[in-house]
Amino acid sequence: MASIDIRNVRKNFGIVSVLHGVDLAIKNGEFVVLVGPSGCGKSTLLRMIAGLEEVTEGEIRIDGVRVNERAPKDRDIAMVFQSYALYPHMNVAENMSYGLRIRKAAREKITAAVSNAARKLELQPLLARRPKALSGGQRQRVAMGRAIVRQPKAFLFDEPLSNLDARLREQMRAEIKKLHRDLGATSIYVTHDQIEAMTLADRIVAMHEGVVQQVGSPLELYDRPANLFVAGFIGSPAMNFLSARYEVSAGTASARLPDGTLIALSSGYQLEEGAAVTLGIRPEHVEMSPASETSLRATVDLIEPTGFGIILHLGLHGLPFNVFTLDRAALTAGPTVTVAFPPQHLHLFDETGKRALESSLQKGTG
Amino acid sequence: MNSYSIFGTALHRLAILCYVVFALFPLFWLLKVSVTPNDLLYSEGVRMWPSRMSFEHFRFVLAHSAFPVFFRNSMIVAGATAVIVTLLASLSGYALSRFTFRGKYWLVALMLLTQMFPLVMLVAPIFKMLSPLGLTNSLTGLVVVYTAFNIPFATFLMQSFFDGIPKELEEAAKIDGATQFMAFRQIVLPLTLPGIAATLGFVFTAAWSELLFALMLISGNSAATFPVGLLTFVSKFSVDFGQMMAAGVLALIPACLFFLFIQRYLVQGLTAGAVKG
Repeated sequence: MASIDIRNVRKNFGIVSVLHGVDLAIKNGEFVVLVGPSGCGKSTLLRMIAGLEEVTEGEIRIDGVRVNERAPKDRDIAMVFQSYALYPHMNVAENMSYGLRIRKAAREKITAAVSNAARKLELQPLLARRPKALSGGQRQRVAMGRAIVRQPKAFLFDEPLSNLDARLREQMRAEIKKLHRDLGATSIYVTHDQIEAMTLADRIVAMHEGVVQQVGSPLELYDRPANLFVAGFIGSPAMNFLSARYEVSAGTASARLPDGTLIALSSGYQLEEGAAVTLGIRPEHVEMSPASETSLRATVDLIEPTGFGIILHLGLHGLPFNVFTLDRAALTAGPTVTVAFPPQHLHLFDETGKRALESSLQKGTG
Repeated sequence: MNSYSIFGTALHRLAILCYVVFALFPLFWLLKVSVTPNDLLYSEGVRMWPSRMSFEHFRFVLAHSAFPVFFRNSMIVAGATAVIVTLLASLSGYALSRFTFRGKYWLVALMLLTQMFPLVMLVAPIFKMLSPLGLTNSLTGLVVVYTAFNIPFATFLMQSFFDGIPKELEEAAKIDGATQFMAFRQIVLPLTLPGIAATLGFVFTAAWSELLFALMLISGNSAATFPVGLLTFVSKFSVDFGQMMAAGVLALIPACLFFLFIQRYLVQGLTAGAVKG
């Protein structure tokens, strides 16, 4: 087990810069998920930690020791690839033991480690099979088995579940979490799937265009997204955004929509009067309410029942707006509905897209 | 199956049959002439099979001609060329497939350029170069020339096989604790066996049947290869077709055996299951 320190790491491919200075301290035994859309640099960062890509600038330390110049084999880490990358000419047992064999481990130790890992991953009946005789889920298990037999300092996962179908993905997700609980190994997991990030992580690192946007626990990112990118990326269906202007009148903070509607805010913000802001609200926090002064009328474009709940695709001032509700009455919603925004669930972002800072000076009435 | 698809299948099979007959007929004729006694060669007209078979040509070729020497020379030259070229082409093909290095583009362009000239243009300069080195009239000289001419194509061939092997396999091996060379030897090379077999086979047959350089660089029977040796059956006043064909049939045997030996490696699909698939 090990801690991993990433200090001001940059990466250029020729003249293209893909990572613009990443700082991250990963504690011993922590499960950290790097999440972001494709091309955000998360896989590159993982491959740099593995030693598969050179570090252009900055420093990577494993257990306090600088590893920039070390070959992957000398870093004592294990990696699970999206494509599994099993050796096709070796059977399952040989695949899992390859790392120990080339490190010239004792035969008894190899046998014990392989059967131990096989038992953990329920691979015993498959040990003599070649990868081509395995299903996708089984191959994924072998790839994980290959990682755990060596008892490395850290596990790196590069979108390991992307090639599996939805049901298997859920199942493997739970298994990875259980495995981490049992082994307690430091793990870094790359995914573009925010559900995987939310369910697996001790801490999520949200990345966009080579820059870390926010680091925090899953609920921190969900409850208090640091900027518009994180707010829009975490959560499904995604958060709704509305342009507005910040107003304070009679000690009450509110946001005025372009059509003049005044939306009450739960507290004041460190913003100038009249500042352009973006108002964010998650679809699950929008209330379907009877018409009132503060409610808004929206047209219903589409109704999507998911079984568990219902997603309403609305048009609000001509812009798309989603609502998630558990109330099945929404299935029969008419051509228009009225919606209201509970102030405690509103997120306010300033002109630059950063989360607006709350001020204690002005308390809204809510 | 409807009548249209039956008709289509029949047409398809017929086309393949025509091609096979066309491709194999010369080989059949070779065999036919080699077992036709001399006295029937010209007297029977055009027949698909002689009325009387004889193996006298084979006996003569094996016992009284220099054919065993030609055969041995060809084996040495083709075998050595195949092994050397495949070894070098594996390494260079791997480098082209996996590494980026300065001048890579120009190197590839240069290798392509060498493939553009008719060989006959190069005979004189090559003779001029090899002569002072004592490499004319020697099997080593032939191996050197054949190796040089076959490496570019073999390199491209091997490169395409390496390109087909997922990079992640090597990366996984490196993380498992392998050096670059160990990953090449233990992971990539076993998966490239079909490619190696194909390259071996291609280069072996090319060297086995090469005539131009063998004819120009070799004089005298002691270092002659089999294609040159075949010409000894042509004398000033006659061509001994029976013996020539018998020698041809014998020369086919090693090439056939060689392909029989490598054909199991030629079977593709070894990498199935490595990555998603």
